[in-house]
Amino acid sequence: MENTCSVEPKAFINERQGSIIASGKSRANIHCADDSLAGSVSQRACVYCGARVVLNPVTDAVHLVHGPIGCATYTWDIRGSLSSGSEMYRKSFSTDMKERDVIFGGERKLAVCIDEIVMKYHPPAIFVYSTCVAGMIGDDIVAVCKLASEKHGTEVIPVESTGFSSGNKIVGYRAAADALLRLITPKDGVDVKKTKKLNFLGEYNLGGEKWLIEGYLQEMGVGINVAFTGDSSVAALKQAPGASLNLVQCTGSMHWLAMRLEEEFGIPSMSVNFFGAENTAESLRRIARFYDDEEIIRRTEILIEREMGRILPGIRWYKEKLVGKRAAIYVGGAFKAVAIIRQLRELGMEIVLTGTQTGKPEEYENLSNLLDEGTIIIDDANPAEIEKFLIEQKVDVMAGGVKERVLATKLGVGFVDHNHDRKECLAGFDGAINFAREVYITTCTPVWGHIRSPFNMEAADGSHDE
Amino acid sequence: MVIGVIVMLECIPRKAIDHTVGKINPAKTCQPLGAMYAALGINRCLPHSHGSQGCCAYHRMALTRHFREQVLASSSSFTEGASVFGGAANLKTSIKNIFEIYNPDIIAVHTTCLSETIGDDLSTIIKQSEVPEGKVVIHANTPSYQGSHITGFSNMCRGIVSYLAESDGTQKKNRVNIIPGFVNPGDVREIRRIVEEMGVESVIFPDTSGVLDAPLTSRYEQYPDGGSRVEDIRDSGNSKLTLSLGSFASDAAASLLQEKCGVPGIPLKLPIGLKATDALIMALKEAFGVAVPRSLEIERGQVIDTLIDTHHHYQGRTVAVFGDPDTVIALTEFLLTMGMVPKYIITGTPGSLFEKQIWEMLAEVGLTDCRVKADADLLDLQLWIRESPVDLLIGTTHGKYIARAEDIPLVRVGFPIFDRAVHPLMPIVGYRGCLRLIEQISNTLLERRDRDSTDEDFELVL
Repeated sequence: MENTCSVEPKAFINERQGSIIASGKSRANIHCADDSLAGSVSQRACVYCGARVVLNPVTDAVHLVHGPIGCATYTWDIRGSLSSGSEMYRKSFSTDMKERDVIFGGERKLAVCIDEIVMKYHPPAIFVYSTCVAGMIGDDIVAVCKLASEKHGTEVIPVESTGFSSGNKIVGYRAAADALLRLITPKDGVDVKKTKKLNFLGEYNLGGEKWLIEGYLQEMGVGINVAFTGDSSVAALKQAPGASLNLVQCTGSMHWLAMRLEEEFGIPSMSVNFFGAENTAESLRRIARFYDDEEIIRRTEILIEREMGRILPGIRWYKEKLVGKRAAIYVGGAFKAVAIIRQLRELGMEIVLTGTQTGKPEEYENLSNLLDEGTIIIDDANPAEIEKFLIEQKVDVMAGGVKERVLATKLGVGFVDHNHDRKECLAGFDGAINFAREVYITTCTPVWGHIRSPFNMEAADGSHDE
Repeated sequence: MVIGVIVMLECIPRKAIDHTVGKINPAKTCQPLGAMYAALGINRCLPHSHGSQGCCAYHRMALTRHFREQVLASSSSFTEGASVFGGAANLKTSIKNIFEIYNPDIIAVHTTCLSETIGDDLSTIIKQSEVPEGKVVIHANTPSYQGSHITGFSNMCRGIVSYLAESDGTQKKNRVNIIPGFVNPGDVREIRRIVEEMGVESVIFPDTSGVLDAPLTSRYEQYPDGGSRVEDIRDSGNSKLTLSLGSFASDAAASLLQEKCGVPGIPLKLPIGLKATDALIMALKEAFGVAVPRSLEIERGQVIDTLIDTHHHYQGRTVAVFGDPDTVIALTEFLLTMGMVPKYIITGTPGSLFEKQIWEMLAEVGLTDCRVKADADLLDLQLWIRESPVDLLIGTTHGKYIARAEDIPLVRVGFPIFDRAVHPLMPIVGYRGCLRLIEQISNTLLERRDRDSTDEDFELVL
């Protein structure tokens, strides 16, 4: 179980050498702000995708995509976010741009689409997403939305997410944050009352995670004002300025919005992390300290002690099975990577490879400090690189998104889905157990024992390390 | 559960209001996905998306979710610069990088809405690119704002013929070309088996079997050992006959083969159902003068036997069908063979040929009280069902919202199916496919009957 690389990790494309470093070995900064190289099989998505994943969980809004049909179809129900109310967000709306719209402009079609949607559904808000072609032909979606807003007396909010403006989802997160700010900034004469409640930024209610954390907070005596954006409604989002604290969970998608909320409405923010039992306990304690209320602090300690006691036997059981196994992580952002590293360590596993699609330089610095010396860190990895390192590092299990799943499993490497389309609740104390179970069943499935056929044993030389 | 149903009910308009532009809950996706899928049916091919990288990531994700297989494809990774100055430089760099790093035998480039709008001339760019000795770069124009993923599949099939197929002018070989259409790899395997049983030599392209149903061996094969070989596709110009299965996906390529290499083509339906499978076998029998083996006779007889054993479970029941045009056309024919009533039939792909073909089949059996629509969306279908319900829904995963809101059982057939597994390996074509469809349809209706029956009516034997 040698955990260090004997040589500097080698990229296949020379231009990509700067995007791969070994932790602790190289002081050079990782080149994470580079655009993806033309012709490489990048796992990165587009600006529109980034905006859509952030806004999609707004449950009662219509999400109207102004572009050819694909952009809407591929993002239909893109997240496993659950709703306690409206299911409007699970419908897919597209202007279905055709050739004549590309030639003559699509603004009129967009306007008619909005009219029909308002008449049919009377939604409290419509998010209108711009796409590559809409941007290319210069459709003025801002003007169309403004006119429609006035005409119908409803929120029609442009999301300027033209896909080609960057190959990076972060730009899309920013476009989504702009749209959210537009929605929540009180109109003249509207007064949003200040409360003791908090906003929960970067919480998307995947597998009901928001509900779980909300339960903890309620027990402590703290209320959630609104989550950005898991299980949120337009009306609830408009109350966002009334919160007294912003919890920020997914820094990639919400950092900028948190800053703006502080500037505009004076709401301080606090980074939290509910992935893993230790992280959860630490985050709850920090929230309790913020309120500086004896009763809240007392209740928090009771909650943590009870929950820890409840899950510990389970975690211990999984740890016995998983201790010493080698893990790789390839996820969207650094926040998630850090959270998974801690959780896998709680299970006694070694992290031998980490990568993200959209990490920022300071986040990579942070990752590098957190990891053991020699652990490989890659930015915007292509499948060939992931494959190479999975084999070289004799990885037993990988945490990643849908595109990495098959790559890992074909190599005989277990796989845990930790992306925005997962269905399992992985947050909080319950999530820690769920995560341990997910890692265990995929790492230790009996199927791995049957990969090699008994027919030609001498010829078989599988890379899976038993 | 109950709350969910009520909420979804409220999510469709209470009364019919004009739905004249745009799509609500689409029943199609865009051309490049189909082009990527067709390209994956070539051995050692890397599909390349000439546009911004989001598109490529989406297509790979959608295909991976359906097939649960690794889908490799590269992108020109357009940014603002390429969008202003054109994407020629990006494509040339891409081609160079791809051959260096991923080392495919062939790159199949498709365009996107972005590169089409910019107006990149792919033929010229490819001619100016450095292509290593023995390697090939082909392309198809697949503007996302026309047609659907099926149009894109068809365009890439045509692109494959246009770049690769050659006739050496000598006498045609006693061999059939088969263009199997947008079907699962399990279907291609079944089509090949039938042709082999008939004793006819064949070139099948695009052939996604072996690529998107590859075995797990603990080795990672960047290019699994499947797909049509480039040299075989080249030689397709010397075959005696082309059978194009499904007019929307396959006819364009067959026409070009005829035009370019003088290979006559016979357009057939996708061989889904009894009649369409019969037609495939008859076409082979007549063109090649071969006898139909007893094994296929037995398989056919088993289908008839099963239909008779089960017909009381489904005959006369109403069904709504949606999906890709070639699949839905053939499936409708089989539903009519089964004695079912296909009351609503839609496809998301535009094309009046769809409506014409379906109406002809319905007229043959005297059905007039049906609704048929091409370029439709799932809101259309749901509103019809709301007005007058059906017993069964047949289509893709996207139908599950309707199934739940309207409380109608759903049989999953077609692309995409994201919420069930194994289907890409299980053929619905040929006589074996008939058995699978009969089993799925009658079991689904019987499950429903068991669920709904009172204690008095709950029977052990059905």
